[in-house]
Amino acid sequence: MTLETPATPHDRIDSAEQATQLERTWHSPGGLLGWFTHVNQRMIGKRFIITAFIFFLLAGILGILIRLQLAGPEQQFIGPELYNQFFTMHGTVMMFFFAIPVMEGFAIYFVPLMVGTRDMAFPRLNAFGYYVYLIGGIVLFGSLLLSMAPNAGWFNYVPLSSKLYSPGYGVDVWTTMITFIEVSALTAAVELIVTTLRMRAPGMSLNRMPLFVWAALVMSFMIVFAMPAVIVSSTLLILDRLVDTQFFIVEGGGEPLLWQHLFWYFGHPEVYIILVPALGMISTIIITFTRRPIYGYTALVLSVVAIGFVSFGLWVHHMFTTGLPQLGMSFFTAASVTIAIPSGVQIFCWIASLWGARIRFATPMLWVLGFFAIFVIGGLTGVMVASIPFDTQVHDTFFLVAHFHYVLIGGAVFPLIGATYYWWPKITGRMMSETAGKWSFWLAFIGFNVTFFPMHQLGLEGMPRRIYTYVEEMGWGDLNLLATIGSLVLATGFGVTLINAIWSVLRGRRAEPNPWGAPTLEWAADSPPASYNFRHIPVVESRWPLWDWEQAGERAVVTGLRHDRREVVLTSVLDAKPVGVQVLPAPTIWPFVSAVAASMGFIGIIFHPIFFVIAFFLVAFTLVAWFWPRRPWRDD
Amino acid sequence: MPLSKYVRSTGLAGAAAPLLSACEGPQSALDPAGSAAALIARLWWPTLFVAALVTLLVLTLLAVAVLRARRKQAALPLNARQSRNLMIAGGILLPLAATIPFALSSFSIGRVIEAPVPDDAMTVEVIGKQWWWEVHYLDETGERIATTANEIHVPVGEPVRFLLKSDNVIHSFWVPNLKGKTDMMPGRTNVTAMTADEPGVYRGQCAEYCGTQHALMAFLLVAEAPEAFDAWLEGQRRSAMEPETGAQAQGRDVFLDAGCAGCHTIRGTPADGDLGPDLTHLAGRRTLAGATVPNRIGHLGGWITDPQHVKPGSRMPPSDLTPEELKTLLDYLESLE
Repeated sequence: MTLETPATPHDRIDSAEQATQLERTWHSPGGLLGWFTHVNQRMIGKRFIITAFIFFLLAGILGILIRLQLAGPEQQFIGPELYNQFFTMHGTVMMFFFAIPVMEGFAIYFVPLMVGTRDMAFPRLNAFGYYVYLIGGIVLFGSLLLSMAPNAGWFNYVPLSSKLYSPGYGVDVWTTMITFIEVSALTAAVELIVTTLRMRAPGMSLNRMPLFVWAALVMSFMIVFAMPAVIVSSTLLILDRLVDTQFFIVEGGGEPLLWQHLFWYFGHPEVYIILVPALGMISTIIITFTRRPIYGYTALVLSVVAIGFVSFGLWVHHMFTTGLPQLGMSFFTAASVTIAIPSGVQIFCWIASLWGARIRFATPMLWVLGFFAIFVIGGLTGVMVASIPFDTQVHDTFFLVAHFHYVLIGGAVFPLIGATYYWWPKITGRMMSETAGKWSFWLAFIGFNVTFFPMHQLGLEGMPRRIYTYVEEMGWGDLNLLATIGSLVLATGFGVTLINAIWSVLRGRRAEPNPWGAPTLEWAADSPPASYNFRHIPVVESRWPLWDWEQAGERAVVTGLRHDRREVVLTSVLDAKPVGVQVLPAPTIWPFVSAVAASMGFIGIIFHPIFFVIAFFLVAFTLVAWFWPRRPWRDD
Repeated sequence: MPLSKYVRSTGLAGAAAPLLSACEGPQSALDPAGSAAALIARLWWPTLFVAALVTLLVLTLLAVAVLRARRKQAALPLNARQSRNLMIAGGILLPLAATIPFALSSFSIGRVIEAPVPDDAMTVEVIGKQWWWEVHYLDETGERIATTANEIHVPVGEPVRFLLKSDNVIHSFWVPNLKGKTDMMPGRTNVTAMTADEPGVYRGQCAEYCGTQHALMAFLLVAEAPEAFDAWLEGQRRSAMEPETGAQAQGRDVFLDAGCAGCHTIRGTPADGDLGPDLTHLAGRRTLAGATVPNRIGHLGGWITDPQHVKPGSRMPPSDLTPEELKTLLDYLESLE
């Protein structure tokens, strides 16, 4: 391996036929059958993103239906049974099937590009994770079509979710699908960690990593530590339901509060798992559109890490009304308000970076500015509900609904849409319409506030969450109608972006490799990137490699990787010094088959335990095929 | 018709913030009629003010930062020291200044609210059901002396201790005008105490999702002068009125024969079912079906004929009484003062 500085990139180093060979090596097979064999990170990442947005659309439609039912008092539009399925599905799908997967999808797509490598560390595992997620989502929505959807809420509290109070298959489906998401999220998390720590381009030491990569790394570690809690709880619940264990059954000596502890021990980090990558997206966009290094790189990284740590010490603030001892709960008040500090540091670092910069007000930047306005309000209501006495009044009311929509939509979805506009040219090779983007932003921003701001007042006026109707005398009708009108405007705003995206794919202007003038490595690849991402792995000398190259007029690259097999550079964890070469596996159908086998077991167990045994052996068989060693004489 | 005293609050429509001034209502946390709710409301207003101030400050800074950039001449960026100071002032000192006083006052309010009540305070046992509230009044020894449903009377100015239980799923007991909510956990007894400082009819509602009809699981809390309360409780302790007319006696027979007694109790008659609310003094209650509809004869007839229309998913089955039977039954139930 050598470092060279070619005056004209590429051609001095390798010939055209070598480039063709490289393309062939990294090529993903075509055709329908070929589709199931893909393992390249961009294919899988794109699928995660598209699938997650489809779920966003579906769950958003459920949200609109919920709002229509609540638009006035005592409406007969949706009955209680269906409504309860709808709000359960809305929450479950938004949290588990949209928010986490879409963040993972962006991380899977862009982390390898941003750290300058050619694929994820475990491409086949990556594919496996996607199929598990896809099958889980399809089955969950299938259950809604069959009218046997879960209806015990996305939080699924026992004993309401026990066999006695929720007979039927709904909760079984919920519990099983959560297992799918856990598996999928964990696979993505371990891959992202390994990719980030061991496959960065030479020279990209930890303190030169793009902020989005830092955020994805923190998110992945949080997933690794948070998911086991919900794996345990959902497993105990499925055992309670299927084989009559008594983990949560009071009469059998079980403890309903155990579910709440386990669920929120995951559930609170969960919301930060969604927020943290969004914070990375905001930093990324601000750097690009101010065209200068961000202020407080170290502070931003430490804040994200701090948020990751502190988020594990907050879960009891979801349980302030359960009758736990006051003193013990007070610690969680203190921990909850602590989050304000890292969040504040981030916000003021961004303000300092924006101050006096020549900001380009392109669509991504608009969504980020919208984030500021919404997220600050959501953060402040978050501090409010950290107070035990205040929370006893607003817990489980529409005040809470307003609060978490402010932090989740404002804190995660707005940056996410901004990032979608920002990275769209990289993913598709085409530009989106700026005009439509700005329309979309303003509609969504106004619609969002009209929808959710009145809910603060509704909650304080005593309107509980998760109710399918309310009596007229309560006087909640006007504000609910306002919220419903707002939700239609909000949906229109997102709809404009959807149309914009479809139009762009069909008719959009072709994008150059770096349309925004951004400094990070993903913009050094083509738009859309070639199947091998980078024809030559770049060498990094600062945090802003593309700006360096622009000034220097030349760049250093890694040479000596073979063209005839999938090779990537491994580097050391801290300083990213090259330490070796790793050969990555080729496309294969087995991850898909394995995911189908595993799904069969998980879904079948709802109906009969024998499926678990069958699937156990089937999965073992598929894993053998998956890990079948490559013949050594092929890898001379 | 007590529900008519419910004041309608109006939110100002539009993108502008609805003014949080019109927060009166029978179920509003900001219209306190008890000391606990009053303390929390007192915490809320300054908190809202500070939150509005912080929002304004951050967004003003952001606007300044952004708008300077729109001017044509190159604005001066902050140097490293200014940036650092801005970050420390806004990111560390501002949150600390805003949250520490808030957290401390929250702790002290919590201590006051949760202070123990005197041992001789009146004790009411409330059991959350799907989807109604069973209410028992206890004497000093903890014996049940009166049973009712979905309507709790308390004497004004005296602390009342509530023993909160559930024998099914989790519910949450909440009367916003008096105090915050406390969950009813199966297998435990949570205790909350509250004092109504002003007479009135307040509405409470279940705040923990508990299944199909969670939405219509409410109750009334009637705070009245101690003498009035004592008279009411005395009335509740008695067995049911004997029928005075032939029609009422027929109605009682309909009640006993048509299966109503399988679920409902009317003390003083053979009816002793325990799945549904105790109907011994049904006619004295203001509402039916968990504070969903007013207790008038038309509503009562509709409720008995087809409960699923009023509360789909309710545990009460529809009845197939002849019009004549229904009429006498209503006559009887209307007499159960």
